[in-house]
Amino acid sequence: MFDGYYNAFWFLLIGLAFVAMNLFISSLIRPSDPNPVKLTPYECGEESEGTGFVRFNPRFYVIALVFLIFDIETVFIFPWAVVLKGAGAHVLIHMMIFLSILAVGLVYSWGKGDLDWIKQPTQW
Amino acid sequence: MVQWLAENVFQYIAFMILPFLESWTWMPWYTIALLHVAGVILGVISVLAMFLIWLERKVSAHIQDRLGPMRVGGWHGWAQSIADGIKLLLKEDIIPAMADRPVFIVAPFIAFAVAFMSFIVLPFSQHIIVADLNIGVLYVYGLSTITVIAIIIAGWASNNKWSLLGAVRSAAQLVSYEIPVGLSILAGIVMAGSLSTVEISMQQSGGVWNWFIWRCGPFSVIAAILLYIGALAETNRTPFDLAEAESELVSGYHTEYSGFRFSLFFLAEYTNMFIASALVVILFLGGFTGLVPISFVPDVLAGPFWFLLKTLLLVFVMMWIRWTLPRLRVDQLMTTCWKYLIPIALVNLGIIGLWTSISG
Repeated sequence: MFDGYYNAFWFLLIGLAFVAMNLFISSLIRPSDPNPVKLTPYECGEESEGTGFVRFNPRFYVIALVFLIFDIETVFIFPWAVVLKGAGAHVLIHMMIFLSILAVGLVYSWGKGDLDWIKQPTQW
Repeated sequence: MVQWLAENVFQYIAFMILPFLESWTWMPWYTIALLHVAGVILGVISVLAMFLIWLERKVSAHIQDRLGPMRVGGWHGWAQSIADGIKLLLKEDIIPAMADRPVFIVAPFIAFAVAFMSFIVLPFSQHIIVADLNIGVLYVYGLSTITVIAIIIAGWASNNKWSLLGAVRSAAQLVSYEIPVGLSILAGIVMAGSLSTVEISMQQSGGVWNWFIWRCGPFSVIAAILLYIGALAETNRTPFDLAEAESELVSGYHTEYSGFRFSLFFLAEYTNMFIASALVVILFLGGFTGLVPISFVPDVLAGPFWFLLKTLLLVFVMMWIRWTLPRLRVDQLMTTCWKYLIPIALVNLGIIGLWTSISG
């Protein structure tokens, strides 16, 4: 039924139920003795200062953006990969053109310094 | 009188009350069967994770010329994982004071549920599979991306600067390595012509010479190795384990988790290792087909045997690599992915596409 996704749905529910059940059992048999020192965030023994919501470097955002482009590219290649066997040469050439356009994109972002972890002065 | 009772009251019971006493009859038979299978697989995962944790400790110990757990349970400490599991159940559940409670609680649910859901497409034999989705491999690939969400929200909700930094670094790493993994998976799919895991494994049946890893010469070997390296990075294993490096960010995104919540992340990690190795086995190493076609052993026994043997061997190699290689720095990690693995994977995919469409 539903071509196998029915099973996936029930597995999701069972996975969540398994976790919930175990946490419930754990809540029955574990101690609960909160005191303020235990509840402070761990900073290798020092007193913590400020909240935990620090600002982090925008390079993470840039990596996520570049990932998005390549992931969508990968998703587009999936149907081609399934039908390639037994199809003609034009199928291959179309995809090679697509891949090369995206490779140009990779080279561009490489040259622009988007893939560097440490920011270099821009070269282009 | 008795006859009246027998005819009416018992009939009343049979028709009106029994269905509620047998309380599952409102569920169709296939759901009940599925629940049983899910229960079995839960058991398998738990035992597998416990076994892999024990194995990891033994492997790491022997590589470091020591012995590892030896006492719990008698023979080489086999019950150590069970003891550790029970200990973690008994630990106090400390949620930090300013932590985002609902998000903090949800994170291990997502991490584990996703790992558990990937099990439905693993073929233990041609017919021993929970759901032979016709997009099986894409399903597993997609699910592995959801783990990133669990990690980010775990780090964010912990109200701990280092957890947050560990989480975003880990997310950046996981997300970057999705691409060489995807491109290598595509190389395998190109050789197979189908996304169904059973179909891919059946195409490699008949012996070790039919496996996809040597089908396109050295290029498919490269694809398999790239997939394996990507799998190491996807499951946060050394040399890519900066996110949970014990010597750096304490424990990264799961620093603030205690008790069973922590063990859920652990379970999810070892399950993901198994799934990633299983993916490599299905796509390149023949899935459940054997080294040589043995006809006198029934398929039901031979299939799971070969599948588990190959997958566990690859998991063992993951552990071996962990205790042999030093950790990569985060910028080396990113450089490896974007500047080496992705160009190689792209070119490799092109060559394998060319080879497959020529040799048909």
